[in-house]
Amino acid sequence: MLLAIGSVAIMGAALGGLLGAAAKLLAVEENPLEVELLGMLPGAQCGQCGYVGCGQYAAALAKGEASITACAPGGKPVIEALAKKLGVTADMDDHEEESLQYAVVDESLCIGCMRCLGECSVDAIVGAAKQMHTVIKQECHGCKKCFNICPTEAIKMVTVPVTLSSWHWHKPQSDQAVH
Amino acid sequence: MKLFPIRGGIHPEYRKERTAEKAIVSFPTPAMLYIPLQQHIGAPAEAVVQAGDLVKKGQLLAKGVGAVSAPSHAPTSGSIEAVAEITAPHPSGLPQLTIVLKADGKDEWASDLPAPIADPFAASPDEIRARVAWAGIVGLGGAAFPTPVKLNLGAQLKIHTLLLNGAECEPYLTCDDRVMREYAGEVLDGARIMAHTLGAGRIVIAIEDNKPEAQRIMRDATKAFANIEVIGVPVQYPMGSERHLTQAITGLETPARKLTADLGVVVHNVMTARAVHKAVREGKPLLSRVVTVSGGAVQDPKNIEALIGTKLSELVGFCGGLAKDARRFVNGGPMMGQPLPGLDVPLVKGMSGILALTSAEVNERPSSPCIRCGTCVTICPCGLVPVEMAAVIRKDHLDQAAHLGVMDCVSCGSCSYICPSHIPLVHYFNYAKGMLNAQDREKRRLDRVKHLAEARNERLEKAAAAKKAAAAAAAAAKKAAAEAASTSTADNRPSA
Repeated sequence: MLLAIGSVAIMGAALGGLLGAAAKLLAVEENPLEVELLGMLPGAQCGQCGYVGCGQYAAALAKGEASITACAPGGKPVIEALAKKLGVTADMDDHEEESLQYAVVDESLCIGCMRCLGECSVDAIVGAAKQMHTVIKQECHGCKKCFNICPTEAIKMVTVPVTLSSWHWHKPQSDQAVH
Repeated sequence: MKLFPIRGGIHPEYRKERTAEKAIVSFPTPAMLYIPLQQHIGAPAEAVVQAGDLVKKGQLLAKGVGAVSAPSHAPTSGSIEAVAEITAPHPSGLPQLTIVLKADGKDEWASDLPAPIADPFAASPDEIRARVAWAGIVGLGGAAFPTPVKLNLGAQLKIHTLLLNGAECEPYLTCDDRVMREYAGEVLDGARIMAHTLGAGRIVIAIEDNKPEAQRIMRDATKAFANIEVIGVPVQYPMGSERHLTQAITGLETPARKLTADLGVVVHNVMTARAVHKAVREGKPLLSRVVTVSGGAVQDPKNIEALIGTKLSELVGFCGGLAKDARRFVNGGPMMGQPLPGLDVPLVKGMSGILALTSAEVNERPSSPCIRCGTCVTICPCGLVPVEMAAVIRKDHLDQAAHLGVMDCVSCGSCSYICPSHIPLVHYFNYAKGMLNAQDREKRRLDRVKHLAEARNERLEKAAAAKKAAAAAAAAAKKAAAEAASTSTADNRPSA
């Protein structure tokens, strides 16, 4: 018994030490620009830009391989920040400002396959195998990953409605402005 | 008493004579009442009744949720018809959850109303605050900020003066004027109760000089009290803004993003004081308010005391209806009031005026290019530069607008009023403020998303590590078992 515990403990310590040393010695040097760009991105890990996550998108941006208008959840403010940082002019033509959406599970179609749970980058879907799933509306950030993977098309994307608290005055149109 | 000058301001035509000499008339209980759940700044109230319930007058209909919110009570007895989405008295014309009450005509009070507080000056501030919170009182001057929250400022800061706002600087409106003239005793008592709650030793009642009768009546009413002063302030729009009134009285300018309470002054409207009097001395919640119905299109303008939830069309009908075509309906005064989507919306707590303005009064004109005259800079009571701010907002450079101080604009509308080119300056600032607030909300939302994404990663890493550890432990156990088995066979061999 003691022998078993001892041997495993020694193995653990030795391997741990080895890993620790390797992490120090073989550390990949981080691109400081990449870190800075990552800080500007929303960090939702939604993958709507076409990269796996924000880190990969930031890396691609740093190398100048990706378009700065790809980040959907960040919208215009992120595009402007990236443009300023990278010293390029933002071409908004291929960027469509979408209104915020959230996912809703149609309970009569959900088969409880758990696929959407694995996709959700913010853990906003609750459910268990062969049990109905549901989306926590307040936490959903509308990345559509669950919408795309659902095998029964039980997930619908609903636009977040404008309410009295979110409504604000629109911009006066200069050509038809009246006082 | 020495008064201090305030910066800028304008002198519009006041047009108060249409209603100033008319006594307040009560509007009879209507057949249907519509009580919106959001009548105040803060979180919407939550309905505690449902369709089919029978309610008595003064019974709780919706309870306040969270620290900044306000409850609503049944303005009369009757049955709840529905809790449904109904057009709000809001410029957007969006619907909001509203309790629909059908009056039974009996007007029976609920039996469980709290008892009047006989001696409020012996009661603790907490008790008064709890009563004001129960009564659902909000600032009746128009902002509709929950009054108990403002009364709590005395607990955190040293308040020396309660400034009672009877300036009523908006054109057309005379409801505060009439309330001071007709209910001076109630206003004064409410003010004394509020000063006691705040721990303020001094009360100043500020009334613009265009209301000499109200000044005289309030002066007579306050003769017996040495610590109460009635001060006539110059007729200068926006004197009724709490920051500017505080500056006129104390000479101190409220710093940006601070409250007048940081200077030791809390400002309340005169009608709010009357509501506090009723809640404390009579144990009655806020069920009605006095509202000015005026404007060139109204046949017979009046000051009406009406139940909260009365449809505006009924109130305008009570004033003889519309004599001319109304170009615009306004909630509040013509300067800072907001356009209404129509008259088929209910009266809410913060509505001080219902104006039906003719096209001559609205005076819409297309805007022409800025001639750089600088008048808007001269008259801005907040010391801002409207011309610069509007120029950057037109180009959507909102960060620059924020840097120029657009968030310190009180939206008084003086710049739009004075601009010879009719540039809708205050509209630009309202847009910029709305956008900046929306960006702020968006930023908080993205921070939350980021936090959740990080939490998920952490959870996945932990799960992976646990799985690995479990696998390692299982392998070790298997190995140990195998070793044990081999040693036991080795041990057994000699004995065999």
